[in-house]
This record gives sequence, structure tokens and C-alpha cells, in this order.
Amino acid sequence: MRLRTFSHGVHPAEAKITSDAKIRRFPFANELTVLLSQHIGRPAKAIVFKGQEVVRGERIAEADGRMSIPLFAPATGVVSEVGETINADGVMTPSITIKPFPASEQIVHHKKALDVDKLTPDELVSAIQNIGMVGLGGAAFTAHVKFSPPKDKTIETFIVNGCECEPYLTADHRVMLEHPEDVISGIKIILKITGADRAIIATESNKQDAADLLAEAAKDDERISVEVLKTKYPQGAEKLLTRALLGKDVPSGGLPADIGVVVSNVTTVAEIGALLPMGCGIIERVITISGQGVSKPGNFRVPIGTPLEFVLEKAGLNDQARQVIFGGPMMGKSVSYLGTPITEGVTSIVVLSESELAAGTGKIHACIQCAECVSSCPIHLNPSKLGRLARKSRFDEMVEEYNLFDCFECGSCSYVCPSHIPLVQMFRIAKKVVRSKASG
Amino acid sequence: MADNNYLDVELHTSPHFSKGQSVENIMLNVVWALIPIVLFSIFKYGLSAIAVIGTTTFSCLVTEFIISRRIARKELGEAESSLGDYSAIITGILLGLTLPAALPLWMAFVGGVIAIVVGKWTFGGLGQNPFNPALVSRIILQAAFPVPMTTWYPAWQSSRFTEFISSTLTTPFMAPVTDGVTGATVLAVMKFDHIFLDSMDVMLLGEPHGSLGEISPLLILICGGYLAVRKMLDWRIPLAIFTAMILLSLSFHLLDEARFPPASFMLLTGGLMLGAVFMATDMVSSPVTPWGVWIYGGLIGFLVVIIRLFGGLPEGVAYAIVLANSVVPILNQLTKPRVYGIKTVSG
Repeated sequence: MRLRTFSHGVHPAEAKITSDAKIRRFPFANELTVLLSQHIGRPAKAIVFKGQEVVRGERIAEADGRMSIPLFAPATGVVSEVGETINADGVMTPSITIKPFPASEQIVHHKKALDVDKLTPDELVSAIQNIGMVGLGGAAFTAHVKFSPPKDKTIETFIVNGCECEPYLTADHRVMLEHPEDVISGIKIILKITGADRAIIATESNKQDAADLLAEAAKDDERISVEVLKTKYPQGAEKLLTRALLGKDVPSGGLPADIGVVVSNVTTVAEIGALLPMGCGIIERVITISGQGVSKPGNFRVPIGTPLEFVLEKAGLNDQARQVIFGGPMMGKSVSYLGTPITEGVTSIVVLSESELAAGTGKIHACIQCAECVSSCPIHLNPSKLGRLARKSRFDEMVEEYNLFDCFECGSCSYVCPSHIPLVQMFRIAKKVVRSKASG
Repeated sequence: MADNNYLDVELHTSPHFSKGQSVENIMLNVVWALIPIVLFSIFKYGLSAIAVIGTTTFSCLVTEFIISRRIARKELGEAESSLGDYSAIITGILLGLTLPAALPLWMAFVGGVIAIVVGKWTFGGLGQNPFNPALVSRIILQAAFPVPMTTWYPAWQSSRFTEFISSTLTTPFMAPVTDGVTGATVLAVMKFDHIFLDSMDVMLLGEPHGSLGEISPLLILICGGYLAVRKMLDWRIPLAIFTAMILLSLSFHLLDEARFPPASFMLLTGGLMLGAVFMATDMVSSPVTPWGVWIYGGLIGFLVVIIRLFGGLPEGVAYAIVLANSVVPILNQLTKPRVYGIKTVSG
């Protein structure tokens, strides 16, 4: 059977070396640093002070309005600092640092069990905000905002995104394999909130085992179906999911809600399914630690705020390491500061070795118009032309004539370019310039 | 490996992976694909083929070396030549293959200089040239030296591996003298005498008279097929050319069988196969959009048939390709693919 997919895209090495590694609990570091801005939206407001003792799961920051989320203590301990830390972008941002008590049993005391079935959709939305949930697939968009689109949009389909198309990443895969029941209960909650008639769990053909398991778990609810798509990058982009599954395009500049669709990452759904009924805030997340630069790769449930240094120490950083990436190698951020904390949006830490990186280091030539980028761009842009315009700083033309802002920066163009032109990197700069001009 | 609070690692923006393809690798593979064609040409024309193709390649490389080092010194402050991208060697080989076996070597040398200077670097070097540099040079040579460029020495001479064709070694600025018989190309015979040669021999061995690259069309297809399989050659372009030529020449042939040759004749003769497979597909001077590629190929096929049947010259592949090159920017502009999530294509 021919699997459904989108047109164009690329096939990087899958490198899913940890797909058989069971999720294990990660130990607590000596210090956990919770960034007040874990998410897209307004930063949370700290409600603890230096020297205050906190209990695991206790609220340490509250949401600043609707576009924000509260935060919770990832460990029982004492607040050692309310200050600033360098985040994965290399920017100083407000944070709360907690020193866990070594002797504590680290039991989550702060729970407020909810009878999910009795709550109205609006109450469920605020319950999701109250547990501090963001999109765990990487973008970290506040979950409750995503699940409550404007009232004039009718949501028909809820797509659960289990594609995990980035190389190396296996966290979503493991969550689907180990917690299928959480996925299903999360789906039921979100179906109720959005009023959608059906949910489609979408995954790629390299995760057939997870698809089979979820299909079995969902067999009692006819609203839920499982769809296996072709393994291709970037299938996990929501715009491409709607095209592959429904044959519909999200309008340029619009949201999936405009075509009656809500898309959410499968781990987010599973965490909602697990945490919401217990009324627990999110204090840890599953991440993949992988790459040839670590000796002990695997999938781990890591406390939010764990510093990079501790992760690398436990994962057995070796001397082959040449690059450390938060997220996957196609869209992740490369970091070097050892104190960079894990946030809710970090899906993985990939440590690449020289040989894994080697393919990316070549001489930059002029564009030879080979059209590889044109035939790999999933949005059907002309990256070759955009690149030529970017070099001449003709940013307005890039926006008006060549749809610059429809680029979602998947990096397929840079990946295939034989001239090694940093295409997507130039597009990011171009967008920043245009945005800053527009805002005066 | 930690220095203070920072790891000693590379930092750059995503994507951190690359497919590992490079310009050097693509160009080098084109060179490999051309080598069997060059060998066949040498087999067919002997020492003179070695001399002509060797001369054009040499002069392209020397010219590229000098110009690229000068420009690099001016732009980057350090003299680095661009011979390493292997594009100049391709231009040299392709130019050699478009020339007649009996061409005086000094003319071939001038041709190589013209290809690199006029065809390539006046526009800014690799990736900037709107036209195929080898064809630009061929067209200029044709205008400059009309007689030597159309003097076709017969292939398969028994003495071809022991002595040069007499005109090959003509001293610069002297008119070449060709002893012995020269012949007319199959296309010229078709055009002026309306005689169509049997195409099966041509399929395997190429024409008895013609340019050095007018060798076995079958071999050219195989070499091009190698590149197409490795995704270094856009197979849609030759396919579009062949389709357009078959449709058009078949129509004419059905109208008047005595005057217009059959489609197979059109496909197998002259420089069509080499041009369609190796020159029309030059990435730099061909379109990037899917529809642009089909229209471009179709246009070349159309022009070749029209020039051959109704133009003043017996052969028109070079002109057809260069004319089609000239409309590539417009084709890219007019055939922009529909962008995801946008209903109508703007501008």
C-alpha cells in the first residue's frame, strides 16, 4: 500500500538509535533552574523568594494573563536564587533556581484531583493552563491557547502529531509505546474541549509498532483513528500533516483552526491525559539523549530545569562530541553553555560527533541552480531565488514576490544544497530585518 | 573539554545536517560521464580528436586559473583558483566535442579562452552565466571561422592513430589546408539533397562526418543515464526535447515524406544527442521550476526542428539551446509553483 504523505521534503538519515530504549527516570541535579519563559507568550511571574523552601509540584510562579502559564517546583528543596540564566538562545532570561534536598523522597504532594468528565470545555481549558502545559513537540506554544481557538471557528478534526520526523528523536515514539492509555485519555479531553468529531493519530512508517498499539488502545472509541504516513522530513510540520491527512492547506498566514483542525504533539496529549485528572503541574518531561558524542544514549524523564552539564555528565559525554543540540539536527538549537537548563520545549539533546557533522562542512560556492532546493521545499517556495535576493538585501521583494513568510524554516533547502549556501539561515535574518522594519 | 562554563563545541544555526552533496562531486561525476564519450571520439577520429579536445580543455583550465585567481585576489585578498570546482574542465571537454576533428588547434585554443572569458566570467563565473559557455564559444567560433568550422573530415580513417589531420597543425592566423576528401554531414545532405541516411548505423556509431561529439547516440544516452540515476542530471529536459522533436518532425514527415525526414533521423543525427543530454541540462543555464523545465526542453526541441528544416543552416542545436537559455529567467518567473496555502499565484 502506498503511504500518504506531502509532496517534496527530504530523507535525512533516521539515526533513531534509541527507539528500543525504555524511558528511565533521570536523577536530580544539585541545582535546577526553571526559566520563567518556557513558552511562547508572556513570562510567568515568580511567587517565591530566595531562601524559601518549596515542595515538589508546588507552584513557584503564576501565569501573567491568558497568554502565560504557571510554573511548578521540579524538586523539593530550597530556592537558592531568583535571578537570571542564559537560555538556549544565549539570552539572559529571568529564572528561579532550586537546590533539591538530597535526603528528600521527592514525593509530589501538590495535587488536586479533578473529575475530568464533569468539567465543561471552558473549565478544562483553564485546568490545562493551571498545570502549565505547553506544546512539548518543541515549539512550546501554550497548550490551552491552542486548544481554544476563536469561537467563530468550528473544529472538526483533532490531529495528534506522532510523526517525530527529526533524526535521532525517539521520545514521542517511546511515549506512544509505553503510555498509549494516556494518549487516548488526553485525546478524549481535547475532543471535548474543541468539539471536534474525530481525532487522527498520525505517525510515520518507522513507528508501525506504536501505530498498532494505539489502534488497539483506541478500538473502543470510533472517533479515534490511527494513520501511518510515509517516513519523510518534515512530515511532523502541522501544515504538512493537514495536507497529507486531509488534502487541505492551512491558508497562508493562518492557523489550522481556519480549516477546522487542531494539531498537537502526541507527548503533550499524553501528559495532559496523565496529569490533568491528578491536577499535577508539569515538572518533568521525556527527552531523548542521543548522538555519537554520548556513551549512554537513551530516553529519560528529566526534571524541568536540569542543567545541560548534569545531563551530559550522566549521559557519558565523550571526546568525540563536536556539537550539542537542543532538539533535532534539522531544526534544533546548538548550545555550548553548560548551565543551559532543560525547558518544557526541549525534546532531546543530540550530541553529534565529527563524523556525524562532517557532511555539513563543505566549501560554499555560488548557486548553480541545480533546483534541488526547489524540489525539496515542502511549501513549494523557490529557495534558490530567495537566496539570491537575500544576498542583495532585497528583502521586500522576498516577501512580496517570493512568499518569504510562508517559510517555516524546516531547513530542507540548506540540507540539500550542494553549494552549501546557508539558505534558511539567510531567510531567518531576512525575516528579522523585515519584522524590525515593520515595527519601526 | 569544558572551558569555564562553556563546552568546546561548534555553534551554528540549524540545520546541523547536510545531505553531503557538493558542487565538486556533481561536476566530477559529469567529467566521469563525459570520459567514455571522449574515448569513443578518439576511437573514431584518432590523434586529432585527442589534440582538439586536449587543447580546448587546456585553454579553458589556463584561462579559468588566471581569471579566478585575479578575481579572488581582488575580492577576498587571497589568490585562490576555482579549478577545484571542476566546472572549467567540463566546459573544455564539451567545447572540444562540439568542434570538427580537422579544426586547427590554435582556433580550438582561442575557443577555450572565449568560452571562459565571454561565456562565463563576464557574467561573474560559476553559477552566474545565463548561457552555456561551451556553446557561446562554439557560436562565436562559427562566426569567426566559418570554413574550418564546417569542414568535415571523414571518420574512421585508417591512418587516424598514426598521423594528424593536416589542417590540425596549421600555424596561427594561417588558413588551413585540408588534403584529401572532406564530406558533408548527414544533416547537410538531408537539407540540400533530401536524402536521409539509414539511422541504425548512426544509432550505434554516430555520423560518418561531423563534430567530435557526434558519436554513438546510444553511448551518450547511457552516460547521461548514469548522471540521471545519480540525480545529477535532470532527465526531464532531454525527454522534453525528444518529445517535442518527435511530435513536430513526425507531423512534417507525414505532410511531405520526400522533403522532411522521419523523427528517428532528426533525433539521431548531428549534435542533438550530446546537446540535449549534456548541454541543455547545464544546471546553471536551465530553469529551476518543474513547468519551466518542460517548457524549456520543448522549446529547444521545437527550435532544433525549425532551424534544421527551414533555417539557413543544416544544424541548429547550439542556437536552439542558447536561445532557450535566454528565456530561462522569464520561464522561472512565469512558472512559479503554487505556494502552499496560497490560492492564486501572484506576479
